[in-house]
Amino acid sequence: MSAIIRIGMSTSDLAAGAEATYTAIETYLSHREIPATLKRTGSLGASHREPVVDVEIDGQSTLYGPVTPERVTPLLDQHFGAGSRGVSSDWVISRKNDRSDYPFLGKQFKVTTRLCGLVDPFSLDDYLTYDGYEAFKKALKMSPGEVIQVIKDSKLRGRGGAGFPTGIKWDILSQAPNSPKYLICNADEGDPGAFMDRATIEGDPHRLLEGILIAAYATGASKGYMYVRAEYPLAVNILRNAIKQATEYGVLGENILGSGMDFEIIIKEGAGAFVCGEETALMHSIEGKRGMPSMRPPYPAQRGLWGYPSNINNVETLASISSIILNGPEWYAKLGTEKSGGTKAFALAGAIKNSGLVEVPIGTPLRELIYDIGGGCAEGRKFKAVQLGGPSGGCIPAKLMDTLIDYDDLKATGAIMGSGGMIVLDDTVSMVNIAHYFLSFTQDESCGKCLPCRVGTRKMLNILERLLNGEGREEDIGHLERLCHTVGKASLCALGQTAPNPVLTTLRYFEEEYLAAVKQNGTNGTGPVSLDQSAVEVNL
Amino acid sequence: MRLKTEGSLKKNVYRGDALVEPPPPELAAILDKHRGHPDALITVLEEIQHHYGYLPQQQLEYAARELGFPLSRIYGVVTFYNLFQFTPPGRYQVRVCKGTACHVGHSGEIQDHLMDKLGIAEDETTPDKLFTMQTVACVGACSLAPVMVVNERTYARMTPDKAWEALQHLREETKEEA
Repeated sequence: MSAIIRIGMSTSDLAAGAEATYTAIETYLSHREIPATLKRTGSLGASHREPVVDVEIDGQSTLYGPVTPERVTPLLDQHFGAGSRGVSSDWVISRKNDRSDYPFLGKQFKVTTRLCGLVDPFSLDDYLTYDGYEAFKKALKMSPGEVIQVIKDSKLRGRGGAGFPTGIKWDILSQAPNSPKYLICNADEGDPGAFMDRATIEGDPHRLLEGILIAAYATGASKGYMYVRAEYPLAVNILRNAIKQATEYGVLGENILGSGMDFEIIIKEGAGAFVCGEETALMHSIEGKRGMPSMRPPYPAQRGLWGYPSNINNVETLASISSIILNGPEWYAKLGTEKSGGTKAFALAGAIKNSGLVEVPIGTPLRELIYDIGGGCAEGRKFKAVQLGGPSGGCIPAKLMDTLIDYDDLKATGAIMGSGGMIVLDDTVSMVNIAHYFLSFTQDESCGKCLPCRVGTRKMLNILERLLNGEGREEDIGHLERLCHTVGKASLCALGQTAPNPVLTTLRYFEEEYLAAVKQNGTNGTGPVSLDQSAVEVNL
Repeated sequence: MRLKTEGSLKKNVYRGDALVEPPPPELAAILDKHRGHPDALITVLEEIQHHYGYLPQQQLEYAARELGFPLSRIYGVVTFYNLFQFTPPGRYQVRVCKGTACHVGHSGEIQDHLMDKLGIAEDETTPDKLFTMQTVACVGACSLAPVMVVNERTYARMTPDKAWEALQHLREETKEEA
């Protein structure tokens, strides 16, 4: 009998108490001298059932969760011969290897998070069993131009939110005349409510490194930087270890696998500044300065880090690369829509039954993600809207749930694809409050370099504060709208340009709540709008 | 005299308060690692803060002198990033998550309640040096919202009362230890 027990030990698992469960399993196995392999893995994504334990016996896997330490003994007794007393079927998530009996997992299509929850992120051997670094070896046999063509054909677009075609970005860098060239991986996942990149790093770090290596080969970059949030200590640890292993394995360093290619990766920890997700600000931060954006052009591919040509890609973009190389661009392009290929990962949370990390093909309707995978709104609550893209994104109302998850379709609603934060809001939430929440975040994180963002967001926030305090004026909504357009058009970087999105979308779909907030001022006033008090009954 | 910043590693560029003694060994160890790398300033500051718990002024003056940065540049960087702090933190750093899922789960009320009970504002420390109140943009444990993190420990599905209870419990524990 071969038995493997996997337990998710990502940041979110640990927050749910996975460490105690791990110890309980370890004790159980050693006391009874059971020769099972106990593996610490990343997160499987089913955050709502964490800590999650996967018991695989002779290739047949059963997934359990939440597994508290008290549940360990009855649960393992059942598998290792002491009967099935005290095991509730509620603990079982899935009994099938393909997870088709649990829609949250079965209906997803995983590419970048495929091995999360399956492999030990500290083990290179685990990654190698799943074709690890085969894509890189395959790429080395192609010419850099061919690799770029494959990425272009795959229709992969930047997963950081803006959606610029990755192949074209690489092409521009590869043609830049001067060197050295730098490759930067943006792992400064700053959106509140987004944790896809962290899950990818904590679950499958070598996939990311492999993507970086292929990008370096294709573009001719000689040095890579990974800019990681300092708030992600576990992810940083795992990356450091992975880089060490990759160097020992010979895919990092000098004359990689005898190809003559040299490449090294340096980890830079961010220090908590949302604006550093913007590429020019991020480069200044790597240079050890205040992370303030600069005017583009010149674009990073022309004058980037230290003045040299640079390319910046997001974690998820780079984590997609190895699968594209291995399975071919047609396979990847076909997963998505006509204009953009592949899959997108989302961090699904808020008033949703099944929260966690989900990955679906681009072009999936929002409804499918929220109802079929997410299980719909949490019990007893009514679905009102979904917020995509955090402070740069917008709220999409319930009536637009047939919108497809694609860059252009989402943009048409006023929201954006964003980096992957997806928060479900129910009918108790006031949309004016939500707009205020996101705007106070961007206002706080505005670096202050350009006036429209520095002053404009403050002025917008003042109006929203007035509305919430029941001191709104007739002209406020018009002013707010005009400010939105000014800030959006005149700001220097994406932080300011997108800051009005949460306000604009809520104004567009829930204008009655703003109007009601204005009316609350004066004699018929019911006082300030609280978070829990939708100002009016909204027709859903 | 004009001060050179970028790339210049000339010693003693900073001519501020006289630091007669050489830097203490633990600080020297941090600074020596990064000498000659002007891009390492943020890393240096992170390491100093990791060691001392905060950024003591004198240590920053040493860093300026030894690494050849004007102190003003260091101050500029320190004040730009949320992570850095000039004052020593309390024994427990209490961070209530401000992420979206936590916000709609009323994390604001939890924070207000705790600050009210402790009698301190954000980024302040209680007089007994036990609790420092901080906020965090998102800890990424959205399924457990609203979340409070005290040092390394995560408290899931908090309410104002439950959060206050947890802090009182920590206070009791500390008393017992003493």
